[in-house]
Amino acid sequence: MKISCNVNVHHLSRVEGHGNIHIKIKGGRVMEAQWEVVETPRFFEAMLVGKKWDNAPWICGRICGICSIGHTLASIRAVENAFGIVPSEQTRKLRLLLKHMETLQSHVLHLYFLAAPDFLNTGSVFPLIKSHPDVVARAARIKLIANDACDIIGGRRMHPTRTVVGGFTMLPDKCMLEALKRRLEDARSDLYLTAELFRSFPVPDFVRETEFVSLRGNGDYPFIGGDLVSTDGVRMKEHDYKKMTNEYTVDQSTAKWARLSRESFAVGALARLNNNFAFLNPAARELSESFGLRPVNHNPFMNNIAQLVECVHVTLDSINMISELLDNEWDEPRQPVKHKKGKGVAAVEVPRGILYHCYEFDRAGKIVRSDCVIPTGQNHANIQHDLMELAAQSASMGRKDTEIELLAEMLVRSYDPCISCSVH
Amino acid sequence: MPVEKYLGVPLHRPKVAFFEFTACEGCQLQILNNEATLLDFLSLVEVVSFREAMKESTGDYEIAFIEGSITRADEVKRLKDIRKKAKVLVAMGSCACFGGVNQLKNRFNNPKWVKDQVYGKFPVESEEARPIEDVVTVDLKIYGCPIKKEEVEKVVTNLVLGKSVNHPKYPVCMECMANENICLYKLGEPCLGPVTRDAWCPGNRCGCWGCRGPADAANVEQIISIMKEHNFSPDTIIDRLECFGGFREFAEELKRKTVKAKTKKKRAGK
Repeated sequence: MKISCNVNVHHLSRVEGHGNIHIKIKGGRVMEAQWEVVETPRFFEAMLVGKKWDNAPWICGRICGICSIGHTLASIRAVENAFGIVPSEQTRKLRLLLKHMETLQSHVLHLYFLAAPDFLNTGSVFPLIKSHPDVVARAARIKLIANDACDIIGGRRMHPTRTVVGGFTMLPDKCMLEALKRRLEDARSDLYLTAELFRSFPVPDFVRETEFVSLRGNGDYPFIGGDLVSTDGVRMKEHDYKKMTNEYTVDQSTAKWARLSRESFAVGALARLNNNFAFLNPAARELSESFGLRPVNHNPFMNNIAQLVECVHVTLDSINMISELLDNEWDEPRQPVKHKKGKGVAAVEVPRGILYHCYEFDRAGKIVRSDCVIPTGQNHANIQHDLMELAAQSASMGRKDTEIELLAEMLVRSYDPCISCSVH
Repeated sequence: MPVEKYLGVPLHRPKVAFFEFTACEGCQLQILNNEATLLDFLSLVEVVSFREAMKESTGDYEIAFIEGSITRADEVKRLKDIRKKAKVLVAMGSCACFGGVNQLKNRFNNPKWVKDQVYGKFPVESEEARPIEDVVTVDLKIYGCPIKKEEVEKVVTNLVLGKSVNHPKYPVCMECMANENICLYKLGEPCLGPVTRDAWCPGNRCGCWGCRGPADAANVEQIISIMKEHNFSPDTIIDRLECFGGFREFAEELKRKTVKAKTKKKRAGK
C-alpha cells in the first residue's frame, strides 16, 4: 500500500503543446489525479468568420504543425461538401496517398522520437544518436521518405501548398512517384525492424474499459469521410458529428472535452483498429495479432502498437495506390469551384484520431460560423479517467514516486497528444 | 554520428534552446523534419532545452529560438525571463515575427465577441496576439509559415562563425523568374509575390499570402492596383494582406479606404 506520493509534472515534455500532470496520494488514498491543459487558445473558429471559402484550408492547416495535411484535407472536404463538389477519383487517390504519408511521418515521429526514449531510459532521442545510431538512422530514413512524399504530392511537408478546394494546383511528376514507390518498398524492412524494436519494449500492464470512436470503413480501412462508429454500438452519419462529440468545458482545461455513451471515450490509432480490424492490410493485421493486439483492446499503451500496425498498413496501401496512379494517364488536376450558401461537415482520420471541420457559408461564399473538433480534445477526458485509474492502481501496488511519474507520463504520451491543436 | 572535433580541434558548439508560445509548434517540428541534415545540424550545436523533443532542460543557453506569438500575461513573464538568460534571441516563424494567423482575431477589435464565439460563457484568459518584438528585444528573425530548416541552419552556422545574417531583400517575383515559374496572375490566381520577401509557394502554383512579410521597399500601393487590374475584389486583397500580420498596416488602411468608398457610393446612390 502506497502511503503518500506527490507527482507534479509542469509542461510535460515530448508531446505537442502544454499540459501538466498532478498526482497526490495520502494515507494510501488518491487525493488528486489530474490532467491539466494550460495551452493558450488561438480562436480559429472566430478568426474564420467573414473570410471567403478559399481562406479556410489555408488558415485551418495552421491549427497544427504535425498534422497540417490532415487539417487542410478536412477543411477542403468540409468546403466541398458545403458546395456539393465530389472529388475525382484521381484527386481522391492523391489525397489519400498524401494523408498516408503524413500518417507515416507522424507515427514514426511519435514512436521513435517521443515514445521510444522512455523504453530506452533516456530523456530524448538525442543521446540515442550515440548509443543506438542504427535506431536513429532508421527513424530518420522512414521519416524522410514520408516527408519527401508529402513534398512531392502536397508541395510541402508542412502547411501544404498544392492542396486546394477542387483538387490540386499541380500534379506530382510520375518519375518521382515511381521513385517514391521503390523507396516505400525498401522501407518495408525498416518497418519490420521497427516492429522488432517495439517487441523488445514491455507494454505496461494496464487496462481500463472505455468506448472507442472512429470512422467506420466500407470495405477499406477508413481515413477520409464516411460513417462514425463507436465500440459501444453507436453509429451516425458524418454530418451528425455534434451528437458524436458533445463538447463541453471544464475548469482544468482550455481545451473542450467530449463524451458519448460513457464519461469519456478514446480516438486514435487504437480506436481505428478496434473498429476496423478486418479492413487492415493482411500483413498489417498479422503484425497486430503477433503483438496480441485484437479488437477490442482496452490498454491505452497499446496505441503505440496500433500506430506501428498502421505504419505498415499505410505503406503497403500507398505502394498499391501509386501503382494504380502510374497505370493511368493524368486527368485535370482540379475542377472549377462554384460557391453557394450552405453548411458542410467533414470527418477525417488524422494520426491522433477522428477530426471534424464544419463551416456555414453565406451566399457570397463567406464563412458565417465554423467549428473544429480535434482528436486530442476528444481524448482529454479519457486521459483524465485513465490517470485516475493509474493513480489508484499505483497506490494499491505501492509504486515508487519516480515509477508513478514515469508511468503517468508514458500514459499521456501513448495518446500522442497534440495539445495546442486540441485548444486551437 | 555528431562530429566533436574538426582536424583535431574541438568545435565550439553553442548551447541552444527552443521555446514555444502561442503556436502550432510546426516551426520547431521543422527542425526535426529535415532528416537528411538533422544529424549534421546536431553536431553543430548543443541542444539544452527543447520540450517538444526532450525531457531534460537547463536555463544555461546562449541562443534562444522562440516560436509563437504572445497572447497571455504568463507568456510575457516567461519570454522576459528567457531574454535575460539568452545572449542571442531569435524569432522563429510568422507568429513570432508578425503575430502570424493568430493576429487575425485582433481584426475584430472585440476580444469578448471572439472569446464568446469559441467558449460561450466559460472564462478564458487571452489578450491580443502580439509578435514577440512587442515584449522583448529581438536579435534576429527567421521568416515564414512554416520556417525553412535550411535558414535555421544558416543562421546557426553564421552565429557559430561570427558572420552576420542577411536575409534576401528581393521579392518573390525575382525567385519565380529565376525558376522560370509561370506567373500566377497569368493563371488567374491572386499573389503577393511582388511585395513579399522571397518565398517558396509560387513554385507549387500557390499564390503568395505574404507569410514572410514585406520585401525591402515593397510597393504595396502597386500590388493593390495590380490586384484590381486583375479583377480581384478588395476583400481578396485584404484576405491576403492580413493573413500573417506582416502587412497589417496596409490591410487596415485598405479596409478603411474600402469602407469609405462604399459609404460614398451609397450616399451617391441616395
